[in-house]
Amino acid sequence: MAASSSIRTYIPTPPFLSPHTPQSSLSSSLKLTSPQFSPTSKPLLLSSPLSPPLPLSAATTSSFSTPSPNTPTTTFHGLCYVVGDNIDTDQIIPAEYLTLVPSNPDEYKKLGSHALIGLPAAEYPTRFIAPDETTSKYSILIAGDNFGCGSSREHAPVALGAAGVVAVVAESYARIFFRNSVATGEVYPLESEVRVCEACRTGDVVTIELGLGRLINHTTGKDYGLKPIGDAGPVIEAGGIFAYARKAGMIPSLAA
Amino acid sequence: MASSAIASSSSPFINKVQKDVGLSTFSSQPSFSLHTAKKRNSRNITCVMAPQQTERKPATSGSVKTAMTMTEKILARASEKPMLSPGENVWVNVDVLMTHDVCGPGTFGIFKREFGQNAKVWDREKIVIIPDHYIFTTDDRANRNVDICRDFSMEQNIKYFYDIKDLGNFKANPDYKGVCHVALAQEGHCRPGEVLLGTDSHTCTAGAFGQFATGIGNTDAGFVLGAGKLLLKVPPTLRFVMDGEMPDYLLAKDLILQIIGEISVSGATYKAMEFVGSTVESLTVSMEERMTLCNMVVEAGGKNGVVPADSTTYKYLEDKTSTPYEAVYSDDQARFLSEYRFDVSKLEPLVAKPHSPDNRALARECKDVKIDRVYIGSCTGGKTEDFLAAAKVFLASVRHHISTWERRSKFPLSLFQLPRRLVWMDVYSLPVPGSGGKTCSQIFEEAGCDTPASPSCGACLGGPKDTYARLNEPQASFTIFV
Repeated sequence: MAASSSIRTYIPTPPFLSPHTPQSSLSSSLKLTSPQFSPTSKPLLLSSPLSPPLPLSAATTSSFSTPSPNTPTTTFHGLCYVVGDNIDTDQIIPAEYLTLVPSNPDEYKKLGSHALIGLPAAEYPTRFIAPDETTSKYSILIAGDNFGCGSSREHAPVALGAAGVVAVVAESYARIFFRNSVATGEVYPLESEVRVCEACRTGDVVTIELGLGRLINHTTGKDYGLKPIGDAGPVIEAGGIFAYARKAGMIPSLAA
Repeated sequence: MASSAIASSSSPFINKVQKDVGLSTFSSQPSFSLHTAKKRNSRNITCVMAPQQTERKPATSGSVKTAMTMTEKILARASEKPMLSPGENVWVNVDVLMTHDVCGPGTFGIFKREFGQNAKVWDREKIVIIPDHYIFTTDDRANRNVDICRDFSMEQNIKYFYDIKDLGNFKANPDYKGVCHVALAQEGHCRPGEVLLGTDSHTCTAGAFGQFATGIGNTDAGFVLGAGKLLLKVPPTLRFVMDGEMPDYLLAKDLILQIIGEISVSGATYKAMEFVGSTVESLTVSMEERMTLCNMVVEAGGKNGVVPADSTTYKYLEDKTSTPYEAVYSDDQARFLSEYRFDVSKLEPLVAKPHSPDNRALARECKDVKIDRVYIGSCTGGKTEDFLAAAKVFLASVRHHISTWERRSKFPLSLFQLPRRLVWMDVYSLPVPGSGGKTCSQIFEEAGCDTPASPSCGACLGGPKDTYARLNEPQASFTIFV
């Protein structure tokens, strides 16, 4: 329930949303305008049967089977990293790194290099970011209940996005983390219909079919339902609320 | 501490009343009106005291057909709508936006990136910037972030910027106030009926004043800086009715730990928590106990916490603000998602064990836990009353003929960090009842405690390596009364 209701936080009324934007160009062009964007920061393979490979992390095509006219068929494919319940923002990005300012491109990258460093080593012997690396090979995070609880630090979704995460699949989210994920467009905060954090293991190869609302674990051969991201989807797709609002004509474009 | 009224920490004193609130009636109709979000030029503002807008009292006029909770009423007024239901999304006019040294620089960066390098904030008098997180440190980046706050405040002519320049002696900085949530209240920025947003999850503290207050991220705050409004979803309300006389060995922290232990760290996610009942009304010692209740709302996942304003509130505000405000109250017929009832007279002191605020235990269940360090401070529990309560414990140990050496081993390293300037003054000047006129600071010193540190967020948050009382190596047990 949390996500389906929370999505409305960012609901635009339909008139602001052109019925079917050519989403494939939207994704890349708007992402690239963000100073935070680093083309190398989100390494992903794309081998979904539903989408042709694209160079970017999110392959967005104009749908073969979209459930709603506003939902693009977006596919994420990669390795998953699995965490448990109540992962708080201190575990995602500990307070000592909050001196880094996310709107500063260099410090944005540094935030990414510390993502999930607060997870206890005993419970998480496989680290999210390998020693000597600055980004993660895991592009999809799988979590339990109440992901992102604790502080309001936007550094949390930013650090995940900067490390290369494109989507989180959790049972539920803390409110501010969900909102910050949408507002920044850094990661898709997706909710699973069932608890998946115990059915997947770090390193499993997974695919998310956003339009179909499916999480497919290729390693185990199992497949799970995702709750619809609804109208928050296009906001994340655009790269956050400002990019979305400009695209939709809600706020004027920046004067040169 | 213990009393004869001992009972299990779980449900017997709580009656949860699940009301049929007709969830299906929650409107999903979005309201979108950014067209009105025109930026005002702050230089044109000449009038600080806006006239009271009596024509906008959607639910106090008597002609209202649908009852509302006080959270719904505040958001209705701020969104200029006659009525609202939980689940509706509305553009809300913001009365105060607060930011600090950790999230301010990022917020300013987003504001400039999105509104332009020469953009002006929507209202220089409605923005409060309080450096408090990483202050007394030699960390260059932390120091730089305070400089960024100062530069932005100067450039935008921000009216309320609580600066600190001399890190060696906080008292040499007349404007520095310490921890933002307590400073907001103390400086008169928390007013009934208003909407306060802040880039800090504990912004919900201000709900103690009968206002809507919640934490937001940098991007949302950057939007508010330019537009003065934000799209918010109206939360349904959980109501907590606390009745009964509060025993003198309890503090508001015990009440909120009881509640969080009951509903869990995600039990109020997306919801408002309203605190009422004779106990809440009688928390008359100060507003600070109510602030403790609301402060920890976010630890249950709550969007905001709220306590109806009353004579205690008005008295507190008397000498702190001249801005007119208008309190609102939940209607008798207002719909609450659920209602919880507590008999406070039967509760006993609680602790939250590592590593979660809902890992509740009775204090007496932990009597054999060895404590390596004690830290009292920060925004939840660093109030004058908390220091007085700590002083009373030390006094009691004297009364029971515990030697200084034994006390030292009982309280091996007690660290005090006062959250704000005024608490500092209290700790050094207020006589502790029953101590023969001694102040808290004298009692702490005799007990062998550390000298209270300069006001800041300190050990509660962590931060740079040289943060006061930061836990840089593993400790068997580190008790934090924050």
